[in-house]
Amino acid sequence: MGLSVEVRKNTYYDSVTLMLISKEIKQIMGVNEALVGMGTDLNKELAKNLNLINEDIKKLGPNDFFIVANLEDDSVIEKVIKTVDNLLIKKKSEDSSEYRPATLDSALKYQSDSNLVLISVPGKYASDEVKKALKNDKHVMLFSDNVSIEEEIELKKLAKEKGLLMMGPDCGTAIINNVPLAFANVIKKGNIGIVGASGTGTQEVSVIIDKLGMGVSQVIGTGGRDLKSEVGGIMMLEGIDALLNDKNTEVIVLISKPPAKEVSEKVLKKVSKSKKPVVVNFIGGDLDLIKKHGAYPSSTLEDAAYKAVALAKKEEPMDFNGFSLEKEKIEKIVKKEVEQMDSEQKYLRGLYTGGTLADEAMKLLTKDLGHIYSNIPLDPQFKLIDVNKSIEHTCLDLGDDEFTVGRPHPMIDPSTRVERLIKEAKDEEVAVLLMDFVLGYGSHEDPIGEMIPAIKKAKESMVKKGKHLSIVASICGTNNDPQSLEISKRKLENEGVIVMPSNAQAVKLVSEIFKKINS
Amino acid sequence: MSKINELFNDELKIINMGLESFHKDLKSQNVKVIHMNWRPLAGGNKKMASLLSRLK
Repeated sequence: MGLSVEVRKNTYYDSVTLMLISKEIKQIMGVNEALVGMGTDLNKELAKNLNLINEDIKKLGPNDFFIVANLEDDSVIEKVIKTVDNLLIKKKSEDSSEYRPATLDSALKYQSDSNLVLISVPGKYASDEVKKALKNDKHVMLFSDNVSIEEEIELKKLAKEKGLLMMGPDCGTAIINNVPLAFANVIKKGNIGIVGASGTGTQEVSVIIDKLGMGVSQVIGTGGRDLKSEVGGIMMLEGIDALLNDKNTEVIVLISKPPAKEVSEKVLKKVSKSKKPVVVNFIGGDLDLIKKHGAYPSSTLEDAAYKAVALAKKEEPMDFNGFSLEKEKIEKIVKKEVEQMDSEQKYLRGLYTGGTLADEAMKLLTKDLGHIYSNIPLDPQFKLIDVNKSIEHTCLDLGDDEFTVGRPHPMIDPSTRVERLIKEAKDEEVAVLLMDFVLGYGSHEDPIGEMIPAIKKAKESMVKKGKHLSIVASICGTNNDPQSLEISKRKLENEGVIVMPSNAQAVKLVSEIFKKINS
Repeated sequence: MSKINELFNDELKIINMGLESFHKDLKSQNVKVIHMNWRPLAGGNKKMASLLSRLK
């Protein structure tokens, strides 16, 4: 059969909505392959790779919406179009009768007291929109990626000159005035302020602060490149100043992957003058250097949260590197898991949706497990040649570009990870699966419910082979998140998944399991 | 007081440009937000977009 194509000129929808619809369309009986998208170069490339390209599609522009499908029978197209339309209506905000300005100028006229613009348009258009917002004295959170570092520097310099926030690009999380923005959890109001250059790292710290009964004043995201030498930490330095001057902030937490040396010095110099206590987690960075500048270094994201909470309560911060559960209980769990395994089972597969959490896992595990293969390895020689095939101990960041071309991030659409989990469970040498589940706004409405059938299937297939698949997880979420931590935890535990209170503790439990396997 | 600290003491009023789900999430929390009917200026034609922006 040939291709069925439906084109609607000058009809714009956002990419995430359309990627989710594409996924649903593929489930319709009689649809061999399908793509729903805007006529961007990226989508045309994707259509070509899926053998869904023809002259009609090639001619489209980025404002043109298209549906293209390879069908078993041409008549199925009617059902496809009807389903797409229904889903488009469903995905729209409930009250779509309200005015929706087409340009920032008209939006600013309509809501003239706006103070923040949240931008998630395709990267190549983002910079112009940010400039417009900043020139109008509005703070910006820039969620979009694919913004060049030159543009980032220009925008951040402009923001600094005007005294405004420019969080991003690629800023996934922020909580301003206790409002979670983009991907963020519902955290109690409190006296701890965070500046974070790493999305899920920042979410993990804020969530643990909440679990420990405390809360946040502000969570400022900077985007992952802010502490690179080219950008020079502009937004982290601005963020620290703002928190120092904020009467509701009594403790400051800084989170970033190891910064460039000169940026780290600049940031720590500012920290050394702070009258408020500062906890620093430069994931795997130099702890002594942090201490020397009068700040509190932390070895894990969880340790950072524990220290911040102690300081917020005016207590002496202690290192937290262990388990919340008693030693005997941990030993019992480890023993129970390992005694059901057979001698062939010896490898770990980490399936992460949060990049920083995957990175933290590898840093903590390498000491006990040796080298770990990955798409984001600590050592380039252990980069997977084919990211679709795990080798020995493997830990994946499924949110990385290699897994997300034409597909939404796994926090929005769990299907990539569902497929991967089933695949890993077919490998008879796998002993443990390690997973994160990120709740909160922005994330899928039920990431755990989507994963349960695959977990069941994976566990059952191992049992049939006389083996036991151990699944260790942590949930980055709170009870006030729309998905609820408590309910999510219960669902996983009902399937025999061991749920630990943090990524660090999940990783440490995995270490204990492998020590037992190898003993 | 810096503009960032002013923001911390003000009610958040947001303009959302791009992903509609962010608008939906903010609405559900009763945050003051408007969603833009954003689309690439001049159909994504850079030259035309730059001419248009100069007209303003």
